Amino acid sequence: MSITVVYTIVTLAVIGAAAAVILYFVAQKFKVHEDPRIDEVDEALPGANCGGCGYAGCRAFAEACVKASDLGDLNCPVGGNDTMNEVASILGLEAVKKDPRVAYIRCNGTCNNRPKTSSFDGATTCAIASSVYSGETNCQYGCLGFGDCFDACDFDAIVMHPETGIPEIIDDKCVACGACVDACPKSLIELRKKMPKNRKVVVSCRNQDKGGVARKACSVACIGCSKCLKECPFDAITIENNLAYIDSDKCKLCRKCVAVCPTGAIIEENFPPRKVKPEVKKETEPVK
Amino acid sequence: MLKTFKIGGVHPPENKLSSDKTIEALPLPKTVFIPVAQHIGAPSAPVVKKGDTVKVGQVIAQSSSFVSTNIHSSVSGKVTKVDFSADSSGYPKQGIFIAVDGDEWLDEIDRSEDLVKEISLDGPEIVKKIQEAGIVGLGGATFPTHVKLVPPKGMKAEVLLINGVECEPYLTSDHRLMLEKADEILVGIQLLMKAMNVEKAVIGIENNKPDAIKLLGEKCKNYKGIGIQALKVQYPQGGEKQLINAVTGKEVPSGGLPIAVGAVVSNVGTAFAVYEAIQKNKPLFERVVTVTGKGVEKPSNFMVRIGTATSELIEAAGGLPENTGKIISGGPMMGRAIASLDVPVTKGTSGLLLMPAEESKREEIQPCIRCSRCTSVCPMGLEPYLLMTLGEKQIFDRAESERIMDCIECGSCSYTCPSNRPLLDYIRFGKGKVGAIMRSRKK
Repeated sequence: MSITVVYTIVTLAVIGAAAAVILYFVAQKFKVHEDPRIDEVDEALPGANCGGCGYAGCRAFAEACVKASDLGDLNCPVGGNDTMNEVASILGLEAVKKDPRVAYIRCNGTCNNRPKTSSFDGATTCAIASSVYSGETNCQYGCLGFGDCFDACDFDAIVMHPETGIPEIIDDKCVACGACVDACPKSLIELRKKMPKNRKVVVSCRNQDKGGVARKACSVACIGCSKCLKECPFDAITIENNLAYIDSDKCKLCRKCVAVCPTGAIIEENFPPRKVKPEVKKETEPVK
Repeated sequence: MLKTFKIGGVHPPENKLSSDKTIEALPLPKTVFIPVAQHIGAPSAPVVKKGDTVKVGQVIAQSSSFVSTNIHSSVSGKVTKVDFSADSSGYPKQGIFIAVDGDEWLDEIDRSEDLVKEISLDGPEIVKKIQEAGIVGLGGATFPTHVKLVPPKGMKAEVLLINGVECEPYLTSDHRLMLEKADEILVGIQLLMKAMNVEKAVIGIENNKPDAIKLLGEKCKNYKGIGIQALKVQYPQGGEKQLINAVTGKEVPSGGLPIAVGAVVSNVGTAFAVYEAIQKNKPLFERVVTVTGKGVEKPSNFMVRIGTATSELIEAAGGLPENTGKIISGGPMMGRAIASLDVPVTKGTSGLLLMPAEESKREEIQPCIRCSRCTSVCPMGLEPYLLMTLGEKQIFDRAESERIMDCIECGSCSYTCPSNRPLLDYIRFGKGKVGAIMRSRKK
């Protein structure tokens, strides 16, 4: 064996050993002490990094969970109650049961219901269109249809309906992360309580104009007539600024409001077809 | 070589169809809708209510803060309601509806055509009267004029620049005003000079208005301290910073006001309004509006009462051409398309442009080919392609450091882009967001 090879091996070995010693001390000096439970919680989370919890990502949420003394304010909408139970068991805390939610777009201003009065020619995003003008119809509150919510959704839960031009939410895919809620410049999207079989009773309108004006702009606008308010047995409906709102936490899906709404602004979804009652002839007293 | 600003600029076809049409008074409308927010700054507060009778020139909305201004009735009649109605953006804005009855002016307004040359008021009195008369920058920005005339502490105005550039294609309202009201404008300029206590004023006029240059050049010899500067035709020379650069050679620093280089810029229309307010006691309630377009039967310049519906102007110019695709309030470069014909004329309406359908449609957007034309035409030395991307991707901190707030929204970038990219749309969007971020930081 030539002497050069020996020197080489020895030199490298010495450098390696010296570097190892330095690295060891540096690592000791700058060691970051991290709660090992953060990793465990992070592992239990879905890893979607959607921000639906209000934190910058799953890791940040995990850190917040570990720091928190109770989990009341913390919720991962994607994982739901199962995930939060798991997180709670890791941390030895009590999970607070939360109702799962689902996004709903409160506008039914399709081309048929809401005639166009002008057309927008600029960059096709809702954010720009709404900053420039009120929209292509006479309803300044309604959906613009350029799909900022569609772009914002990371879960493929929104589709732009090709005929109506209005986005639709696929309930089974929606994780209620709220990205679309923030993306909509008209604040049309709401996270509502998920009902059994995805059933819904919603005022699908955000128009706050007076009845006549609203109706002229869109045939299915809420005109604030308050018929539904009187009909609701559960106090779930409130009316503010000529606009009815159904609180999904109070609504029991009785559908009485749907029947009385004169414009059809209240929408029922995923119910079996109503049984048509045989028409009972009203007994009228003969006119004397 | 004629003077112009140093960097960027474009020269779109001028199409000044109405430059030889004298200013006609538009017949009085039956009703007017006068918005209370016609200026930059706080909206004014209505001081009349339903059922009140008002005269022409009467204050109907009072200014609520320093950067705000009074609104005056442009007609006489009865207030029918104080309500919200859609403005050019389609969003409802508060305003005053008046049903016109006769044409009864306030007694103090001097309605004669005689030229009043003598200036009897001193500087602060002129500023006060300008404020009371509701005068704003009539070039389109509608910034309250009295605010401009009082420089911030430690700054001193040296020169008054008068903007007679009218660099927007199609528009001729300033041009006609210069030809027909030359003496009035010059007296107005002297009033502004006195209010600001400056010795020198320069009127900048583009070379495509030789008649105005000649007329004002001759007349200004009779007025001390006023000069004319002919300028090369280049858009956006009417921009404040561009005009200063073109006339004085100075450059307003990024984020700074013109006063930083000792200049204050006012429009010729504003100078005329100042003349009328001070010498004739006539507040700002009417202005010259150009109604034009290639299909328009009679392109015209009208003297219009504020609050008149757009539809009346179009009617007076021969009706709406059949193939109209877009109606733009303002010029083709910086104007805004309006969504309804009920939109009223406001203090900032310099023109109405009726574009034929085939010209008004935007072309299909293609990918950026990195030709850098937008960068070379940008009069503010920005990189529009970059700012557009930053706006699109919502990277607002970077947009701020790339000086997005310096953009004057002249639209030269979008005009020149061979790929038809909506550069200005995204930049304007980014500007709005960055502006909001900067304001929240100050708080």
